[in-house]
Parts: sequence; C-alpha cells; structure tokens
Amino acid sequence: MHQLLNHCLIQISMAKKCEMKLLGSVGSPFVTRVKFALKLKSIDYEYIQEDLANKSELLLTSNPGLQKVPVLFHANKQPMSESLIIIEYLDEILPDVHPILPSNPSDRAQSRFLAYYIDTLYCPWMKEFMLTRESERKEELKRLIIEGSMMLEEAFVKLSKGKAFFGGDEIGFLDIVVGCFLGWIKFFGIIFGFNVIDETRNPRLAQWGKSLWSHEATRSVIPSDEIHMNFFKMLLGFLPPMPDMPIPA
Amino acid sequence: MADEVKLYGFRGSPYGCRVEIALNLKGIEYEFIQEDLSDKSADLIKYNPVHKKIPVLMHNGKPISESLVVVEYIDDVWKGVPILPRDAHEKARARFWAKFIDDKCIPAVFKALGSHGQEQAVAEAQEQLQFLENELKGNKFFGGDNINLVDISATYLAYWLGGAEEAIGIKVLTKDKFPKLTEWCENFVNCQTVKDTLIPREILVAFYKKRFGKA
Repeated sequence: MHQLLNHCLIQISMAKKCEMKLLGSVGSPFVTRVKFALKLKSIDYEYIQEDLANKSELLLTSNPGLQKVPVLFHANKQPMSESLIIIEYLDEILPDVHPILPSNPSDRAQSRFLAYYIDTLYCPWMKEFMLTRESERKEELKRLIIEGSMMLEEAFVKLSKGKAFFGGDEIGFLDIVVGCFLGWIKFFGIIFGFNVIDETRNPRLAQWGKSLWSHEATRSVIPSDEIHMNFFKMLLGFLPPMPDMPIPA
Repeated sequence: MADEVKLYGFRGSPYGCRVEIALNLKGIEYEFIQEDLSDKSADLIKYNPVHKKIPVLMHNGKPISESLVVVEYIDDVWKGVPILPRDAHEKARARFWAKFIDDKCIPAVFKALGSHGQEQAVAEAQEQLQFLENELKGNKFFGGDNINLVDISATYLAYWLGGAEEAIGIKVLTKDKFPKLTEWCENFVNCQTVKDTLIPREILVAFYKKRFGKA
C-alpha cells in the first residue's frame, strides 16, 4: 500500500513538472470532459480560453484539420485533440491515480462503444432536434433520443454493478463522457419540454445524474447554469457567439 | 480452455476487413459467419441491438461491435504483434488519425464518389487525403515498418476506393498528387495479413458498377 502511494506521488509530481496546457472554450461539454479528467488525476494545468468566433493562431496551427477544442499540450509533444482520446492519454500517463477506463478489456470495449455512440449519434440527434424546424423529423429524433436513453439505462445497470457510477464506486470514463452533458440535458428539458433522462423511464440513470452532480469533483468543473443557458441560446441563434464569457471559477 | 472467437461479417465489407486484419496479425483462429445484410440474423440483432450492423466479434460469448473498438479490444486481449503503439502519446496520435480517417476522410471520399467526380467534391476529398499523404512521412506504413491501427483504419482507401474509382471512371487518389499514399496502398494490400481478407477486384468493381449505376 505504501509502495503504491509512493508510486502515485511520483507520477503526480512528474505530471506537475511537465507543462500541461488546455485550450478550450466556455460551455463546451467536450472541454469540460478534459477538465474533469485533469481534476481526477490531480494534474495542474494552464487553461487557455479560445474564442471560437475568432479562431486563434494557436488553434489553427495545433489542430489544423479540425480546428476544434479541446486541444491538450503536454510539454514539447505534438498537441492532442478529441476529448475521448485526450482522456485515454491522461489515463495512460497516470494509470495509478484515479483510474478512469475500466480494467477489464470487455468493459473497456463496451465503454468505448458507448462513448462513440454518444458522440456520433446521440449528441448529434439532440443538436439536430434543437435546430430543425420540421415537425416530423423532430418527432423521429425525439423517439431516437428516448430509445437511446433506455439503452443507456440498461448499460448503466450492467456496468455499474449496483454501485453509484458507471465506473462503480468511483467516477469513471462514461461518467465523464455522459456526465458532462447533464447540464445540456437539463436545459434541453427546460427549453423543449421533454426529459431526455426521465425518472420514470430511466430511474437508475436519473439517480446517477443526481449522484454525479452533487459529487465534489463534478462541482468544481461543470460550468454554471448561466453559462449553459448562454451556450444554448448561442446555438439556437438568439445571440451572437460571445468571446468574452467569464471563465467559471 | 481454448478461446471461442466468432466474427459476424459480410465478405466485401471494409469494416469487417479491419477486424479480420487485426485477428490475422495476432494469429487468432476464428469462425466467420456471413451475414445477409438484407435479412439480418436474429443473432446479429441480439449482439448489436444499437446499430444492428456488422462487424460483431463474439469472444467467449461476449459481443463487441464498432470496428475500431473491436480492433482495440483485440490488441488489449491478445499479446503478440502490437496494433497500437505502446507509448501513450504515440497511441493518442494513432487514435487521432484513425478517427480522422473515419470522420473526415472517408465521408469526403464517399461524397466525391457519390457525385461521380464533381469537381468541388473531389477537391474536398483530396484536401483530406493530403493530411494523410503528409502523415506518411516517407515511411512504408503509418505504423512505420509495420502496419498499425492507422493503416488498418485506412483499409477502405487502400482497396475499395480503387475499385469504386474504376467502376465510375474517375480518379480521386491520383498518383501525381499522392505518390506516397499510392505506394502505401500497394504495400498495404500486399501484406499477407491483408491479402487474405480481400475479395477479388473484379467482384468489387462489378458491385460498384451496379451501385453507382454504371453497369
């Protein structure tokens, strides 16, 4: 136990000595995911605010093909982008400090599969629902989103094995991946009047949401309600993009 | 106890091919179950209820789907020839390029093919291919001397793209614009672990001729 503690302390101190910087924008759940992982791993880093309406030289040169945040800079290594890839990287450089990915290969595969589903289907459906004006398509998307929630409920039951989080007793990969959208999900419900995660339909997921939201680590990284609301309004075109949004404490 | 490995796939699918290449690299014996995609089996729907798509790998009764997730799973479980780099940063880079191929490159290429070579669509596809051309950096493969996750992700570009180009009568991955990628295609399809997974070119071209209305 003493050896493991020493090993962790050495890993943390190595990470602190190597410069870590995160390029992000306020309100982006993808950036919040990385902040969450950095927090869990106790990694000090410098946060650089990006104005997506007026992309910086740093963003354009560090992520030329995609021009998206988050981008992670670690010492003199080539910059890394894509939130899921960055989280796996952080987990690999500090494997003994709050492990994030499950240790079992088939649980790991299942987690990656669901993360991929969230990013390539589930979230785009939610975004399309917000932006489309065709009522038939809206109904179809609502059906897909609800079906998706049922699937996530089943996945949660299976992966949590009766514990509070997807990761079991501790916050893990899917808790971060899905959890950083809980703010969006809440405002989705307020603005569009239907609950993506519903207490009757998805009781375990609803309980999970409450546990995660009240966790000390989550509270320090999730943006405020006001920032979420502003981000939604911007997406819906009510406001122009706001480069000077305050960075959340 | 011997591992029981089954692959639900479709001969001619580049995504199924990715998994077969990974299994071949590790020397894993497996049973291939051919799916009729117009009449999917109850098993496939049970094992991949979310997408109902191939490939699905069954390992000792546990299903895993999404081709790149399966490839990473294979690398996790079976030692031997590594598919992902061991260094964390190199691994992140490999995953990035694999995702770039799936998210940006292949969709742009599909659009160019679907438009039967419309100028703007071809230009956009070539813009994405240029990133890959640059990333090869004079190496035989994206993995250096041996194929890795990135090479496997780009399977479609190495073989299927050429078949579609021939069927339609256009060229997107041209030798003059992409000399390194062109050479990579040749090297990749000639790897023993890849060769055995490919359907004959005439069948591929015939399929695409029908698909793009050129038959």
